Amino acid sequence: MSTAIKSLARHQHWLALLVVGVVLLLVPFVAALGGQAWVRIANFAILYVFLALGLNIVVGYAGLLDLGYVAFYAVGAYTYALLASPHFAIHLPFWVILPLGAGLACVFGVLLGAPTLKLRGDYLAIVTLGFGEIIRIFMNNLNAPVNITNGAQGITLIDPIRIGGFSLSQSSTFLGVTLSGPQKYYFLLVGLAILVIVINIRLQDSRIGRAWQAIREDEVAAKACGINTRNIKLLAFAMGASFGGIAGGVFSAMQGFVSPESFSLMESITILAMVVLGGMGHIPGVILGAVLLTGLPEALRYGIEPLQKMVFGRLLIDPESLRMLVFGLALVLVMRFRPAGLWPSPQRRRELSESTD
Amino acid sequence: MDTLIQQLINGVTLGAVYALVALGYTMVYGIIGLINFAHGEVVMIGTMVAFTVIVSLAGSGMPPLLVLALGLAVSTLVCMVLGWALERVAYRPLRHAPRLTPLITAIGMSIVLQNVAMIIWGRNYITFPPMINKQIYDLGGASFTNVQVSIVFLAALMMIGLIYLVHRTRIGMAMRATAQNPQVASLMGVDINRVIAMAFVIGSALGAIAGCMVGSYYEIAHYQMGFMLGLKAFTAAVLGGIGNLAGAMAGGLLLGIIEALGAGYIGDLTGDFLGSHYQDIFAFIVLIIVLMFRPSGLFGERTGDRA
Amino acid sequence: MDHVRIPGVLVVLAASLAVIGCGKKEEPKAVAPAPAPAAAAPAPKPEMVVKIGHVAPLTGPIAHLGKDNENGARLAVDDANAKKIEIDGKVIKFELLGEDDQADPKTGTVVAQKLVDAKVAGVVGHLNSGTTIPASAIYNQAGLPQISPSATNPKYTQQGFKTTFRVMANDIQQGSVVGTYAAKDMGAKKIAIIDDRTAYGQGLADEVEKAAKEAGANIVAREFTNDKATDFKAILTKIKAKNPDVIFLGGMDAVGGPMLKQMKELGIKAKFTTGDGGCSPELIKLAGPASEGVICTQAGLPVDKLPNGQKFVEDFTKKYGQIQIYSPYSYDAVMVLIDSMKRANSVDPAKYLAEVGKTSYDGVTGKIVFDEKGDIKNGAITVFEIKDGKLVTLKTEGGTAAAAPAPAAAPAAAPAPEAKK
Repeated sequence: MSTAIKSLARHQHWLALLVVGVVLLLVPFVAALGGQAWVRIANFAILYVFLALGLNIVVGYAGLLDLGYVAFYAVGAYTYALLASPHFAIHLPFWVILPLGAGLACVFGVLLGAPTLKLRGDYLAIVTLGFGEIIRIFMNNLNAPVNITNGAQGITLIDPIRIGGFSLSQSSTFLGVTLSGPQKYYFLLVGLAILVIVINIRLQDSRIGRAWQAIREDEVAAKACGINTRNIKLLAFAMGASFGGIAGGVFSAMQGFVSPESFSLMESITILAMVVLGGMGHIPGVILGAVLLTGLPEALRYGIEPLQKMVFGRLLIDPESLRMLVFGLALVLVMRFRPAGLWPSPQRRRELSESTD
Repeated sequence: MDTLIQQLINGVTLGAVYALVALGYTMVYGIIGLINFAHGEVVMIGTMVAFTVIVSLAGSGMPPLLVLALGLAVSTLVCMVLGWALERVAYRPLRHAPRLTPLITAIGMSIVLQNVAMIIWGRNYITFPPMINKQIYDLGGASFTNVQVSIVFLAALMMIGLIYLVHRTRIGMAMRATAQNPQVASLMGVDINRVIAMAFVIGSALGAIAGCMVGSYYEIAHYQMGFMLGLKAFTAAVLGGIGNLAGAMAGGLLLGIIEALGAGYIGDLTGDFLGSHYQDIFAFIVLIIVLMFRPSGLFGERTGDRA
Repeated sequence: MDHVRIPGVLVVLAASLAVIGCGKKEEPKAVAPAPAPAAAAPAPKPEMVVKIGHVAPLTGPIAHLGKDNENGARLAVDDANAKKIEIDGKVIKFELLGEDDQADPKTGTVVAQKLVDAKVAGVVGHLNSGTTIPASAIYNQAGLPQISPSATNPKYTQQGFKTTFRVMANDIQQGSVVGTYAAKDMGAKKIAIIDDRTAYGQGLADEVEKAAKEAGANIVAREFTNDKATDFKAILTKIKAKNPDVIFLGGMDAVGGPMLKQMKELGIKAKFTTGDGGCSPELIKLAGPASEGVICTQAGLPVDKLPNGQKFVEDFTKKYGQIQIYSPYSYDAVMVLIDSMKRANSVDPAKYLAEVGKTSYDGVTGKIVFDEKGDIKNGAITVFEIKDGKLVTLKTEGGTAAAAPAPAAAPAAAPAPEAKK
């Protein structure tokens, strides 16, 4: 390979990064042309990218099937809500609460991980699922005898993220550019997402990352190679959980309201579906999965009615029923034709095509 | 005392309902190690089909038991076809895919079935016409009905029938062979495709029967009823050791009794700190404790990692 | 290897842009002919389209209630269009933009933003408190009046927003009526309370407990279930042991129906009471004969006792079938918006918002007047009993001066000038 091609490849690398940067910068403004709703959808998409990458550490890297990931998201969200709302009349700034939420979620991650170390596969799945439900049910019921979470009524009037006098929930103007509330959250979320992507990339090829992969492929062999499987597994739970905690905090601030219904089992399943649909363990794949699964139902919301009118000339079935139907079908079809996900890691694709088992 | 007996009756009936559904999960899991997450939806479809048949025949002057039997027969047939189609369309092509892939497919199928049911049977709750004349019996101050008795009876019967099928018949032998090693089984002349399809068909037929019983017990049906029921039944199956038929039964009964006694007594024991609002938690806590000491459930074999 | 990853991200972005692009293509359709601020054109009766948003869960466990709400709003829009209402010299054609929030708070905010983008003139919804509250912040920022026909969480109107209204009695108002009724009128000494752990059920049950205790009754059991449960025998058995006179359920009809049947099977003799969530024909359908003697309450006056109420029931059943619970309220909510526009002679939210607060409107659920927070003022609460498979009015509590004295009389809707301050 000549040096010219090499340097071209290097340039491409930077060029691609540049393009990505510009596109990321433009998204909120392009989306805003279609309405602020699309900026909000983009925000949720990035929030889910964040969550999916967190879960990817547990499921994708370490191969531990976790169906209760939403519990950590809930812990983060409630930590923020309780410490920045009139509920306890505490209003701490976000840079205190977000790390606190991440830390607390991390503790919960270890709490979940510790008793389940021996479990594998489907048994682990059902226990994590149970754990997720336990957290949700506690959130739903801890309004008596002492009112901690305000039960199903949820917590209202949560502070938005504020930096000095500058609040992320209102629109304001910088250098002649007016940014709406959702657009500002967009930039915060993109910043966080880039952080988690960098961490994910760095982890992937690190000692820890390789240890996780070893456990995923064969736990007994990994142990025989001198990997401390207990600590490494706990680390996966803890790291995944911390990301969930941060995402929860941002969600709380963005919504201004949290209630237990946001943290249902369906949410865990959706996040898992993002990871698997995109391509487990492969960062771009997971990002794609998260963006698609957040965007698709919303796109269908806009698209299905006109489409039916176009094809059949009238509304045959009301669009809401059809929207979720199409969503389910899409899950089935993608898995049918791309079993390893839409964008699996090259390594995994090779494994799949080689082995028959 | 009568309260305790009553709670035990409640628990056993609820447990039998879970067990009926759990048998379907375990049947499929025992053969190919796949959690058919859509099984709860198959149960729901079974209930809905039976409902349609029963309602349309209710005015025809046929004896109610015959109507119920017809409803059961039609819904079993529909669910068998559905189970076969599910396996054929959604799961068979994924037999060699990564382990999580069929799980997502199952979730997708479950969303599809729910929404199809919503389009066909509407969004409203449906009253399932009571076909069995409810008789209330008294037992030392506690009461139970003939429907409850028949559910428990039916669950036991189906478990015994399945155990017989799996352990004493040719197809059962083929199933066990497939479960142990599909490649070797196929070398021995077992048509593993047929065997796996059979497992799905039988599991779905069980689902239909469970659906009919659930429908006539609670007399209510809704297109989302399958999800929670499926989840609880799945928990029961894991508790008993997933893949083990007797385990599913035991897990179901245990889960039902825990829920009934938990809701009935924990509140008083903890000074109302943990009341019936934590009913769903008791089951999960017991599950976690059981799995901590027996990682493959109460009756599960100590199998290796099913990768 | 490394540079493979980067273009990957690009594709993702392209995909996300494509998705967004799709939305944009639909956009021209969704853009409302923005309500023109001034009507300078002297053209003879120009038409103008005004969009009203409606949000409720149309998929998920309570989709049947969501569709019911939407149908109520749709009927109101049709009725209003039939009248060819003129505002500011233009004939207004109202259009309902019905959205599905899946009862999910996150989807609720996206949908709310979508309605704001579509420049609706006002919003009726959402159904659940859990989606209504986060969405209200978005409507508030956009200055859009929001009238919820069914969210009963008191916090909804306590956030200090000028845009939040509800045409439904909140939990505090309704709970105190039910609790007092059970203790005083029914003479219950021992009351057992069950709630379904939703924001609605929990809030209502807490208020009932408070009111019943104040009225001298004893709460012998406080039990819980969830809104997806169908088996209540464990908690009912526990309650049976406490031998209460009255059982109250804070929950919906889908829980109440099977619960009543199971009460009968267990031989529980206590009277069953519930709030508006269970006060529906659906409960009678689901519980069958077991529903006989159930006492329940609805906010507002009995619909079929009001002159316009009767017409609503007829029209609604002809068009959409059985009324579930809240469709009369969503009907009224739309009518209140339109009435306010008429009084302000403008369809611009900024101009007519102030008028919404001054509403004094005779709706199908009774007289609608808001207090300073946007809650319905002194809203009437009607107590029903189920007799022979029908809801029969027992008594009406509260209500505005005009409506209260004659709940059963036909011309109950006589205007009360003093009610409007």
